[in-house]
Amino acid sequence: MLKFPIYLDNSATTPMDPRVLDAMVPYYLDHFGNAASRNHPFGWEAEDAVDKAREQIAKLINCTEKEIIFTSGATEGDNLAIKGIYDMYARKGNHIITVTTEHKAVLDTCKHLEKLGAQITYLGVDSEGNIDLNELENAITDKTILVAIMYANNEVGTIHPIKKIAEITHKKGALLFTDATQAAGKISIDVERDGIDLMAFTAHKMYGPKGVGALYVRRKNPRVKVTAQMDGGGHERGMRSGTLNVPGIVGFGKACEIAMNEMDADAERLSKLRDKLDTALLSLEESYLNGNKNSRLPQLTNISFKYVEGEGLMMAFNQNIAVSSGSACTSASLEPSYVLKALGLGDDLAHSSLRFSLGRFSTEEQVDYTIEQVTKAVHKLREMSPLWEMFKEGIDLSTIEWAAH
Amino acid sequence: MRVYLDNAATTALDPKVIDAMLPYLHNHFGNPSSIHSYGRETRAAIEKARKQIAGLFHVSPGEIFFTSGGTEANNMALQCSVRDLGVTHIITSQIEHHAVTHTVEALKKENKIKLTYVKLEADGSVDYNDLEELLKASSEKTLVSLMHANNEIGVLLDIDKVSELCETYDACFHCDTVQTIAHYNLDLQKTKIHFISCAAHKFHGPKGVGFIYVNADALIKPLIYGGAQERNMRAGTENLYGIIGLAKALEIAYKELEETKQYISSLRAHLKKRLNEEIPGIIFNSPDNGLYTVLNVNFPASEKNELLLFNLDIAGIAASGGSACSSGSNIGSHVIAHFNREEDSAAVRFSFSKFNTKEEIDFVVDKMKEMMLVTVQ
Repeated sequence: MLKFPIYLDNSATTPMDPRVLDAMVPYYLDHFGNAASRNHPFGWEAEDAVDKAREQIAKLINCTEKEIIFTSGATEGDNLAIKGIYDMYARKGNHIITVTTEHKAVLDTCKHLEKLGAQITYLGVDSEGNIDLNELENAITDKTILVAIMYANNEVGTIHPIKKIAEITHKKGALLFTDATQAAGKISIDVERDGIDLMAFTAHKMYGPKGVGALYVRRKNPRVKVTAQMDGGGHERGMRSGTLNVPGIVGFGKACEIAMNEMDADAERLSKLRDKLDTALLSLEESYLNGNKNSRLPQLTNISFKYVEGEGLMMAFNQNIAVSSGSACTSASLEPSYVLKALGLGDDLAHSSLRFSLGRFSTEEQVDYTIEQVTKAVHKLREMSPLWEMFKEGIDLSTIEWAAH
Repeated sequence: MRVYLDNAATTALDPKVIDAMLPYLHNHFGNPSSIHSYGRETRAAIEKARKQIAGLFHVSPGEIFFTSGGTEANNMALQCSVRDLGVTHIITSQIEHHAVTHTVEALKKENKIKLTYVKLEADGSVDYNDLEELLKASSEKTLVSLMHANNEIGVLLDIDKVSELCETYDACFHCDTVQTIAHYNLDLQKTKIHFISCAAHKFHGPKGVGFIYVNADALIKPLIYGGAQERNMRAGTENLYGIIGLAKALEIAYKELEETKQYISSLRAHLKKRLNEEIPGIIFNSPDNGLYTVLNVNFPASEKNELLLFNLDIAGIAASGGSACSSGSNIGSHVIAHFNREEDSAAVRFSFSKFNTKEEIDFVVDKMKEMMLVTVQ
């Protein structure tokens, strides 16, 4: 039996894996010590738990425990990395390179730094969301301190060639920061293989709890330093003060351990389901895939249904299926997705897109139901649409001059 | 027997708090920014929590912003008022929490502010005359940052007085209330404070969540950028269960405030009385009328003092030499240093919660007597 509503918005947040919650509960109730309390076992238990989690997290991305700085989430991690590098490497330069399709946590931080005197280059993307590596290489100057490019895009799932980006970045003497919020725990990330210098990620996108994340900061080849953005007790080797969220960190560690063991199998299963969804929905007339079909996250698809308004489409089935028309962080706004617009979509197509993101607890039955409901809704909405009617009559809509009203 | 008397460092979660959190840890997991039903139900829960919290302090829900804890709240108040309100002079004390001292020191180092330390009385309380003189003499936009209760010794600030002084001399007032929220009523309609800070884990709520109250007159911009959460004031997916737990812990605390206060005060008085009567040479670093959850005790000089906390631990008693946030360091407490106690004497902070019992207190005193006897021999 299907249980409603069906949740297909795992890129916004994931339900917690019950194994994660089981690991956390003892740290809420029994082992509640402050991990910074150094002279009694309540503190030691908490610290041991944090150390273990640090190991589990480090293992997932192939770094050492000392390279993990706990944060309240990826947004804080993005802020700490970018501002922290800007402050620390001010003597070297003030130029940062990023991409127009980054998450707001990166873009807004860069805009803030721009006001303080930073020079920011925003690279554009092609119709699939890919950057041009030559353009990146040409943009790097001797003043460039940081290249900030996400591992995989949150709206369309396009995976950037991080290893190649790292090579170019390092060749020119800059550091590479990647926001891996959507990729960590979903696809293999290896900071050594990929050449990443800093990386932000968060627990609640990988079946862990909300309110906890981490920033990876490389300690060797080269040793990278960030200026703390929150001062205080000097926790996290001075880079991030504040009492550690011990149960959250324990949950994050467990989520990483599970991901380490199950990510490949999850990805294989979910990409098959996703492909089934894709095949069915893209067989509808005038529906288009957004993103890079050959290099994208396995559990996500973003499709535009031309002549259908995305919000209206969602309304048609949102009692039963939870999806999103873009990023949750901007979904309250009525503006079309800036990511889709950066891919070159017009307002009409950008407004008619839906993001389906599957997760560990998604089933084939749910996908079948979704195909059925979305197909039905698209047909129904198009039947009511004068634009669709005109399109079917062969009128080229782009030639029409609309009367102002 | 394990006795936890380090409640100023962190507290055990109240089982009623986790009961309130569990539905959100299990089923209601939506991202509060999502517009589908999963998101709407968690958004509603967060806004309900905000409203409830605002009511407790007689402020508008629009003035409460959830953060990752007290450190973030303090950093936000200080860094953003310098950046956005034109504050160029900060008056603070030398016994603030590190989240304040290190932040203002960093601001000073960046040449963004002039930093002045107010004089303290012998017991660690603020010299209000000196504060007034400093405010009177200050010709720049000034912010006063003083904690409501000191986390190590529990000395309390007269917030009404400081608030009045700040009003008179047109200064901003930031009060680090991390140790007093949930332990005292705070009516921000009556007492004008521009910023207060809160960490849920200090009153049987979860770690990793807190809030900052920002008076509507203080138009600051965010410390953390990148999303429209908290009405554009604090980006990042909300710590949903943390916020639910924070609100629940506050609700319980304020419902039971008077009886809890009486109960904990009686435990503190009992410990104080017995220590005073039964262990010679003791001095209290906490004033009588200080924060009722903290009793800081100075033990006379002895070569065994180095092992005092260690021996307490062996006896199953968790207390602290000072703040947990600096308890790993050997440089000693910057707060206790204020007292100029005899060299080799030792300060121990006992901090209480509603979960402590009189039996535990008696156990502690008995054990300490044994330790002291060993010391004397």
